[in-house]
Amino acid sequence: MWLRAILVTSAAISMASCSEGVLDPHGPVGAAERVILYDSTAIMLAVIIPVIVLTLVFAWWFRAGNRRARYRPDWEYSGRIEMIIWSIPALVILFLGGIAWTGSHDLDPPAPLGESVAPLDIEVVSLDWRWLFIYPHEAIASLNRLVVPAGVPLRFRLTSTTVMNSFFVPQLGSQIYTMPNMVTRLNLQADQPGTFEGLSAQFSGDGFSDMRFDLVSTDRESFKAWVGTTKAQGGVLDARTFEALVKPAKVDGVQSYGQVSEGLFDSISSGHRTAAAPQRGQ
Amino acid sequence: MLGRLSWAAIPFDVPVVMIAAGSVGFIIFCLLALVTVKGWWPYLWREWITSVDHKRIGVMYIILALLMLVRGFSDALLMRSQLALAAGHAQGYLPPEHYDQIFSAHGTIMIFFVAMPFVVGLMNFVLPLQLGVRDVAFPVLNSVSFWLTAAGVLLVNVSLVVGEFARTGWLAYPPLSELAYSPGVGVDYYLWSLQISGLGTLLSGINLLTTILKLRAPGMGYRQMPIFCWTALASNLLIVASFPILTATFAMLLLDRYCGFHFFTNDLGGNPMMYVNLIWSWGHPEVYILILPAFGVFSEVVATFSGKPLFGRRSMVMATMAICVLSFLVWLHHFFTMGAGADVNGFFGIMTMLIAVPTGVKIFNWLFTLYGGRIRFTTPVYWAVGFMVTFVIGGMTGVLMAIPPADFVLHNSLFLIAHFHNVVIGGVVFGVMAGITYWFPKAFGFSLNERLGKAVFWCWFFGFYLAFMPLYMLGLMGATRRMQHYANPHWQPLMLIALAGALLILLGIALTGVQLAVSIRHRDRYRDVTGDPWNGRTLEWSTPSPPPAWNYSHLPQVDRPDAFWAMKQQRGTAPDRSVPRTYETIHVPRNNPTGFYLAFFAVLLGFSLIWRIWWGAGLGLLGALAVGLMQAWRTHGEIEVHADQVAAFERLHGPKGRPV
Repeated sequence: MWLRAILVTSAAISMASCSEGVLDPHGPVGAAERVILYDSTAIMLAVIIPVIVLTLVFAWWFRAGNRRARYRPDWEYSGRIEMIIWSIPALVILFLGGIAWTGSHDLDPPAPLGESVAPLDIEVVSLDWRWLFIYPHEAIASLNRLVVPAGVPLRFRLTSTTVMNSFFVPQLGSQIYTMPNMVTRLNLQADQPGTFEGLSAQFSGDGFSDMRFDLVSTDRESFKAWVGTTKAQGGVLDARTFEALVKPAKVDGVQSYGQVSEGLFDSISSGHRTAAAPQRGQ
Repeated sequence: MLGRLSWAAIPFDVPVVMIAAGSVGFIIFCLLALVTVKGWWPYLWREWITSVDHKRIGVMYIILALLMLVRGFSDALLMRSQLALAAGHAQGYLPPEHYDQIFSAHGTIMIFFVAMPFVVGLMNFVLPLQLGVRDVAFPVLNSVSFWLTAAGVLLVNVSLVVGEFARTGWLAYPPLSELAYSPGVGVDYYLWSLQISGLGTLLSGINLLTTILKLRAPGMGYRQMPIFCWTALASNLLIVASFPILTATFAMLLLDRYCGFHFFTNDLGGNPMMYVNLIWSWGHPEVYILILPAFGVFSEVVATFSGKPLFGRRSMVMATMAICVLSFLVWLHHFFTMGAGADVNGFFGIMTMLIAVPTGVKIFNWLFTLYGGRIRFTTPVYWAVGFMVTFVIGGMTGVLMAIPPADFVLHNSLFLIAHFHNVVIGGVVFGVMAGITYWFPKAFGFSLNERLGKAVFWCWFFGFYLAFMPLYMLGLMGATRRMQHYANPHWQPLMLIALAGALLILLGIALTGVQLAVSIRHRDRYRDVTGDPWNGRTLEWSTPSPPPAWNYSHLPQVDRPDAFWAMKQQRGTAPDRSVPRTYETIHVPRNNPTGFYLAFFAVLLGFSLIWRIWWGAGLGLLGALAVGLMQAWRTHGEIEVHADQVAAFERLHGPKGRPV
């Protein structure tokens, strides 16, 4: 009865853990990273499970009470065994080291994703404690909601106004830090339409837990339509209106701007405005 | 007059804090009253507070760590219960400004004031005994180190009631920890308490390192040195090499905060990334400072209770020293996600994985030490086997995160939290618990209750799995660390399981208290009159339990690592009664209150600096200087233990007096 309850619960939990998060990727980066997670785990389990079993078996068989076990009070060295126990972990690491090296090159965040489709440029600014997404070519911006076309590579440039954050959409893959006066780069892609949760993965202060946003992936037509309506809705984001966003505030719904002044991201990320950045009160 | 300090600094409006502080204050008051009424002050002052005996200091370190374990674990329970509640639209019962202090304090306390004093305390107690010498190289400095650590502990706990603690996480990354974004005194509490205790740790590292390098029993070369001493050597090398980095990094942040410098600020050329690099150049070696002595404990425990020498001793030493060196070449894996580039990430990923090779070798060596043994399943063996099973899982998840693209999705997630608790609990805590149980009879002359010890083990063992396996899953589901609430209601069942695990560990901690009480009450039943309750292999078991202040009436002659085992083999089972022994007068260091006074002024200095009470800081500095000068002018540093006294002790407790 108890056993069945536990089995059912654990099955439900493991199902749940596979249907969201990084084990349920919806883009090429996340998918490749899941392959690495699975492969490396499998390689290591091949060694670790036998080690755990042997530990328990040896400990049990050589218990003091077992008269059938042979006691070898002076046995402390065997060149052959030494050779094997250095080789096993070394071989595993040789294998995994290869995965690490090629993986970190193939999946380097600034590396572009293919050349067949022209990427969409997006500039990300982490604020206290909200996310601003600027579409430089469309000259629009969106606060706390990231709308992207499915099947199109997304080329991000990221920065922060005050403290560090980390831009992370688990179902698309890699995260990257946003840092003041610096620009980091990241390439992702959503394969299908859908809504995926994004968050900050680097603690940034009291409003940190609410730094969540929806990444809405739509087909290309809907994306074009969204750009059109956003432009039509108006709202201006320039150096002056941006200063209002820099003041610490918690997430309060989404907002969009139909017009963004050129070079805003560069002036934010180059720190030309940080001298005027307000300090946090207590 | 009082700088920034005012009545507003005390959170009268936060009942949780006031109740906790009030009850702790009440307990302390009762204890002090009891000590005063019973007239125990002279005893405490003479035998403990001013003692420079490494054994007493080691015990005090461990008592300090146990007390802080309770504090740090209370923080853990608050966090687990908050997250069990704060799902969906619920906000739980801890607002962010409070919750952020709790997780920062939890990490800071558990690493600096629980794990460190546990490990330093064990090394302090065991090293001179295992090395066959009478004390550490600098006994007074040893007391100073302990009391500076205690000063840091006091400051951290004062922050609970007076003011606030840091709200930045346990490593206080700038720019968040800079004055612009953390204007309160929380970060100052963090920085000054760690500067003071960090100085203590560095001095202790120098002391123990000198002891291992320069003071060993006659005949004990490095090849004859017990394995725990080797791991302690590696650990103290790392302390001496890495703690100055920590001190310098904090000093720069302090200059930023107090004097308007710009090392890590956003403006005027400051670079926060430099802090992150520097703090992890200390931070990664730090985890090996903690785990290597734990590996040493397991090596001693597995060999002793298997009734065999350690398998592959040379490999074990090589592996230890390889880890010691490699630990300085991996710090960047803590921030693969900062965008360093593929070559840099790849290099540090591979260096990190390389550490898994010597660590894997160690696991296999313990495995083959068990093989062919006659294993007595005492409590330390439970901890050791539990460690071997648990630690390999933590090692696996660690290597997984050493692969940069895997880290891109796991970084800062609850998967990471589960990983480092897996190695810190499964490695360091299990090791320390094994070590405490193993050497307890040596320290106090009676052993701990075995049944309760095993109950404590099972609570920690299952409690760990229950608390942290859900966190692995949550991390894969996209849950990140340091969140005060979360929107996804699917996470709540796992959070509840994790809370249940934490409660099971709480039971384990409570049972440790019961175990101590029961064992002390029935100490006559558990009395160790032989000095060698476990049929041990290394020199410490050749001394009476507890050993005299001078440890060895005659310094032992050593020609192999398992020196005491060999002596027992040569003599047969009975100690040698035939040779008449003469004794010499022994010099032992005199009690010295320098450490206690220095800590007093260090607390004054730290507290005053935190609150910008400049006259208090001046007073603290001058006082510390004066205490230092007084110590420098002391001429009578030692007392004599006359040969007759030594002989009398040996007649009573020495091998002849001990039943066989």
